[in-house]
Amino acid sequence: MRRAVSALLVLLSLLAVAPAFAVMPDEVLADPALEARARAISAHLRCMVCQNQSIDDSNADLARDLRILVRERLTAGDSNEQVIDFVVSRYGEFVLLQPRFNARNALLWGAPVLLLLAGAAFAYSRLQERGRRAAEAPLSDEEKAALERILRDNKPAA
Amino acid sequence: MVEIGHFALVLAFALSLVQSSVPLIGARRGDSAFMNAGSPVAVAGFALVALSFAALVAAHVRSDFSVANVWENSHSLKPMLYKYTAAWGSHEGSMLLWVLILTFFGALVALFGRNLPATLKATVIAVQGWIGAAFLLFVLLTSNPFTRISPPPFEGRDLNPILQDIGLAVHPPLLYLGYVGFSICFSFSVAALIDGRIDAAWARWVRPWTLAAWAFLTGGIAMGSYWAYYELGWGGFWFWDPVENASFMPWLSGTALLHSAVVMEKRSALKIWTLLLSILTFSLSLLGTFMVRSGVLTSVHAFATDPSRGVFILCILILFIGGSLALFAWRAPGLTAGGLFHPISREGALVVNNLFLTTATASVLIGTLYPLVVEATTGDKISVGAPFFNATFVPLMLPLLALVPFGPLLAWKRGDIAGAAQRLMFAFGAALLAAAAILIFVDVRAVFAALGVGLAVWLVCGALTDLAVKSGLGSQPPKVMLRRLIGLPGSMFGTAIAHAGLGLTVLGMVGTLSFGAETLATMKPGDVMSMPNHSLRLEGIRPVGGPNYTEQQAIFSVLNDAGEAYGQIISGKRFYPVRQMSTTEAGIRTFWFSQLYVSIGDETADGGVVVHAWWKPMVTLIWLGGLVMMIGGAVSLFDRRLRVGAPKAAKRRNRETLEPAE
Repeated sequence: MRRAVSALLVLLSLLAVAPAFAVMPDEVLADPALEARARAISAHLRCMVCQNQSIDDSNADLARDLRILVRERLTAGDSNEQVIDFVVSRYGEFVLLQPRFNARNALLWGAPVLLLLAGAAFAYSRLQERGRRAAEAPLSDEEKAALERILRDNKPAA
Repeated sequence: MVEIGHFALVLAFALSLVQSSVPLIGARRGDSAFMNAGSPVAVAGFALVALSFAALVAAHVRSDFSVANVWENSHSLKPMLYKYTAAWGSHEGSMLLWVLILTFFGALVALFGRNLPATLKATVIAVQGWIGAAFLLFVLLTSNPFTRISPPPFEGRDLNPILQDIGLAVHPPLLYLGYVGFSICFSFSVAALIDGRIDAAWARWVRPWTLAAWAFLTGGIAMGSYWAYYELGWGGFWFWDPVENASFMPWLSGTALLHSAVVMEKRSALKIWTLLLSILTFSLSLLGTFMVRSGVLTSVHAFATDPSRGVFILCILILFIGGSLALFAWRAPGLTAGGLFHPISREGALVVNNLFLTTATASVLIGTLYPLVVEATTGDKISVGAPFFNATFVPLMLPLLALVPFGPLLAWKRGDIAGAAQRLMFAFGAALLAAAAILIFVDVRAVFAALGVGLAVWLVCGALTDLAVKSGLGSQPPKVMLRRLIGLPGSMFGTAIAHAGLGLTVLGMVGTLSFGAETLATMKPGDVMSMPNHSLRLEGIRPVGGPNYTEQQAIFSVLNDAGEAYGQIISGKRFYPVRQMSTTEAGIRTFWFSQLYVSIGDETADGGVVVHAWWKPMVTLIWLGGLVMMIGGAVSLFDRRLRVGAPKAAKRRNRETLEPAE
């Protein structure tokens, strides 16, 4: 599989013989609600030294540090947004797997909606136009002649 | 033997230049001798690339470490199967496989295209020759698998352990058959643009090629997803990795192409759009090859430090995509528009399908490339990962999936949406019932899961309704109905099967994501881990030796509610000393469609082991659904009406009586 594999090649060369595990039992918070929030946040944060892996999936040391940091902030009483803002303030927006809504990312977030609307409008207008043209288009002289010929030829039979 | 392979490859390149030019000149001048020269050249080119590929496989099988490619990707102790598959496990080998499949398809057109108009066939073969020439040159100049090393090393550096799996034998060939299969649609489109006309023969040829390529790509992606699932050890089935997106985009646009090609064949409408879509689909295949092969995905900087391969593929990309789109802009306006239809009609439904699928393709494309563009223009580094794709792709797919059952029930030209809705009442009722059952019996709060399960049931029952309606349910006695059902053309069965397969895949995803469970613990022998339906008891840990690895295996008993063992799961962790890499060998046990998935981490100092276990309900349906879709494609492909050749009048009339919906 060429797909995941080349990602893996890079990933594994970075990790070498590291234990093949993401979240470790000693990291898990006692409070299940808090732990669930930690997992949800982790899935949105990128492991900075990996290729396209969240810290929740990664077994890199840096990912572990970040997971622990997220849990520390949550235990200290931060909201989900506060935790994410804190991590972004330290590592930059690169850490977010889901880019923020802002001017720079307007095209990214807006494209699907715009394309769908533009495509629908285009298809609809084409359909209308074609229908109208077909309804209005008068017969060419050639077509008129052909029609007359057919009508004339068919008369005796009718 | 190795030099023969290298020589054959050079010769194949020379032939591809002949193939690119001579038939085209013949087609322009109307010289049939020149035009006919294309076919034997295409077949000979395939034979030479096949010889070259065989030489590479032979070098791998014999562990000839004087060949750099073998030395880098093989080891004398490696199991025999992987000595074969390692031939395409490396960059060089996989590109050679790419070219092999490309020339194979070219040869198929040459051999079986007798009933194509001579100029069209000659032009198609020439365009196929252009692609072949470009990629053969790429292999020869930047990715030669036949480079020797002197003095030859005694031992190889082994294949990447992740690739030492049966998946490597199946996934790349299937994926490339799909990827490269779209090259034929591309060549046909470019040929039509050069010729300046699209006729019935064109549509009859393009549809089966699209179907075949699509079916292979579906199988390839499903297989790759399952491979990633069991090999990576964390149980995910789709990661929205750029490399995955590279294969998913041609699949999405190929699915759109498959549907628009139907309109074009049956109603000769959407001609120009179909043409554009087949160009775009192969362009996305090329783009995928570029993204995976150039290193641009890792970082723009990685691309800049070793740009030889990347720049070469980028040039191929610009040449083919830019060239074909320019040709399209120049020639397409001259093509005649096809039949008219009302917005509420089978054609209209297929336009909606195309609208959603192409928008989804574009969203995935923009999401995949956006970080590169932002980094190249502003220098900022941003990430676009799974949460983004889930947030954009899923909402785009939901309305499309909800509309799927309507499509096949609408008539061509002008359909009756109320009538279709009435016929779908049963499917709708079944979907509501399924959703209600989830809310009542499983969890009242699982609203999204209930919607998802309802959608899956709606898709499957909608597909069954389609077959029932077309065989005359309600209006005919059972005997007549059965006869009509058996007599339905393959493409109708294919449609229903593929749509039902889509429903199964949706069910698998919803089941796994909504009702899955996950447990993580450090266990010692004798410890029990309780899971929703089954518990696991760690019986022991034992070291096992393999041909080129060592393995630590944890043996688990699967316990029922009474605590009795009724099965075993072995989960392992392998260490490959040559590459100094370890892999997880997840222990998986299947219960109907659901799976218990266990992977182990390191042993702790006090003799325990970290165990990560998942209960994955319905998970196998994700890939079985893909398989069903592939079967649907195959059934449709073997429809006798799709067999290339002049349609016989009698059969056509026969078909019309078989379509009661019209």
